[in-house]
Amino acid sequence: MPNASKSSKGLIHIVLIIGAIIMVFPFIWMVLTSLKTFGETTQVPPVIFPEKFQWENYLNVFNSLPFLSFYWNTIVSTLAKVIGQVIFCSLAAYAFARIKFPGRNFLFILMLAVLMVPGQVFLLPQYMIMAKLDWLNTIQALIVPGLFSAFGTFLLRQFFMSLPKEIEEAARLDGCNHFQIYWHIMMPLVKPGLLALAIFTSLWGWNDLLWPLIVNSSPDKMTLSAGLASLQGQHYTNYAILMAGTVLAIWPMILIFIFLQKQFIEGISITGSK
Amino acid sequence: MTTSERAVEGHTIETNLHPRPKLRKSKPCYSDWFWGYLMIAPTMIGLGIFYLWPTIQTIYFSFTKWGAFGNHSWIGLENYKRLFHDPVTLEAFKNTLIFVVITVPVGIAISIIVAVLLNQKIKGLTVYRTLYFLPVVTMPAAVAMVWRWLYNSDYGLINQFLSFFSISGPRWITDPNIALYSVIIVAIWSTIGYNMVIILSGLQGIPTTYYEAATIDGAGPFVKFFKITLPMLSPVIFFVTIMSLISAFQVFDLILMMIGPNNNAIEESQTLVYLFYHAAFVVNDKGYGAAIAVVLLIIILIITAVQLKLQKKWVHYE
Repeated sequence: MPNASKSSKGLIHIVLIIGAIIMVFPFIWMVLTSLKTFGETTQVPPVIFPEKFQWENYLNVFNSLPFLSFYWNTIVSTLAKVIGQVIFCSLAAYAFARIKFPGRNFLFILMLAVLMVPGQVFLLPQYMIMAKLDWLNTIQALIVPGLFSAFGTFLLRQFFMSLPKEIEEAARLDGCNHFQIYWHIMMPLVKPGLLALAIFTSLWGWNDLLWPLIVNSSPDKMTLSAGLASLQGQHYTNYAILMAGTVLAIWPMILIFIFLQKQFIEGISITGSK
Repeated sequence: MTTSERAVEGHTIETNLHPRPKLRKSKPCYSDWFWGYLMIAPTMIGLGIFYLWPTIQTIYFSFTKWGAFGNHSWIGLENYKRLFHDPVTLEAFKNTLIFVVITVPVGIAISIIVAVLLNQKIKGLTVYRTLYFLPVVTMPAAVAMVWRWLYNSDYGLINQFLSFFSISGPRWITDPNIALYSVIIVAIWSTIGYNMVIILSGLQGIPTTYYEAATIDGAGPFVKFFKITLPMLSPVIFFVTIMSLISAFQVFDLILMMIGPNNNAIEESQTLVYLFYHAAFVVNDKGYGAAIAVVLLIIILIITAVQLKLQKKWVHYE
């Protein structure tokens, strides 16, 4: 690692601090605005600190839209997708990486093909499937297509491939079948991969907008991101309330990130090297 | 492989091979087959139903026209002809290209600079990294809302700040000439952290000895950057570029939430995916929407193909 001199380090800090301010300031302004009165948000010159914290803005958000349902729908669907993908993707990834069976390469290429297709291509038929199953405006509409992932399977396959063959052979001599090897021996060894997948899935699940917007239009079945879109429709110009809703929508993910930042950073760096 | 075939395979194994002898590797190992098919079954069936078959359906839909009651008829290449003659769609093509061509290189250049600065053994690395990463864990819908507020032409902080220097700021998100560029700034802002983290981990993998040797040879920081850092980093930069290209072509959330359908700048700033959403789900022109999705698919496939070709030539692997 290159080691810079003292004066240039000072310069580096100045540049990085300016950058950090640009990155963080919108969040600070979001929180400050969410605690102002409507009058304070429309003053020229701007009011930096609200005279009195207007916690009612948050209450107002809950009164105008079922934000508790948004939380429930977002948390349940995100968790379900994470659990589903960790199980299904790891099963398939183990088989693709560790078991020889006829048609394996063909099926793997089929899966890679899914990986190349942009998400919008699936949306219309997926929506029709949901309509046919009578699943529009249900929580399973948010979950089911997201239980399967070509990306996750591909990512985990890289992890399973990197494990030495000896582990498996020893286990087979002890009479373990493939499921036992997968579950008891290999899964603990690919934990970093599982964690990376869980992080990606929860980020995408929590933040996704297009799919929830399409399948669930009734307010009590919306996710937070789609809920923000309808909040914007209701309070088009009242930014105090809009910012309160925005804070409500993002704080859980930011909190999780701050607690698990080492895992987040590692998980994301790993995909760059696999 | 259909479900029934797999079930049959499973069946034969259970009857014939259940008290399984140790099988030699050269012979087909039916137990392996059984476990292989069983373990990929959930994912492959799920991908088949929700991803592979829909892809084929969308391609088919792109050649059809939809009536009011879900009936559709084959119209050949009509949707595609319309796509390449409709000025609105051509504008969306142009907007998407402008978006990609600015967001990706500028975003990656800034990410490289930040990553290189963070890699100088400075104090507070984790704090900086956390702060730069915050926008990545924030949902784009929320990012769009905050920036719409900052960009607000009357009370937004940016214009208020500019008026302090007696500059009257532009109408950032309603001026058709500017709106797209305002979105581009936000898109860059929100992806720097992600790319920076990947590039930083690439930087940390470059052996220190290379730099030490260069120092002995009298190389300055810029020579080191261009002769050591960039070449050693090329696989990572390549990966980041491809990922950024693919996601930039699919920008949607920011356009919907920052610009929105009732903005008179929407035509000058809507992208292909926004147009797809509008055609397929707002005005219910499913065939046309499908055609837009297929064009997007072709663009992504071309990027992937170019990637596979260029990777060999351009990327320096150790």
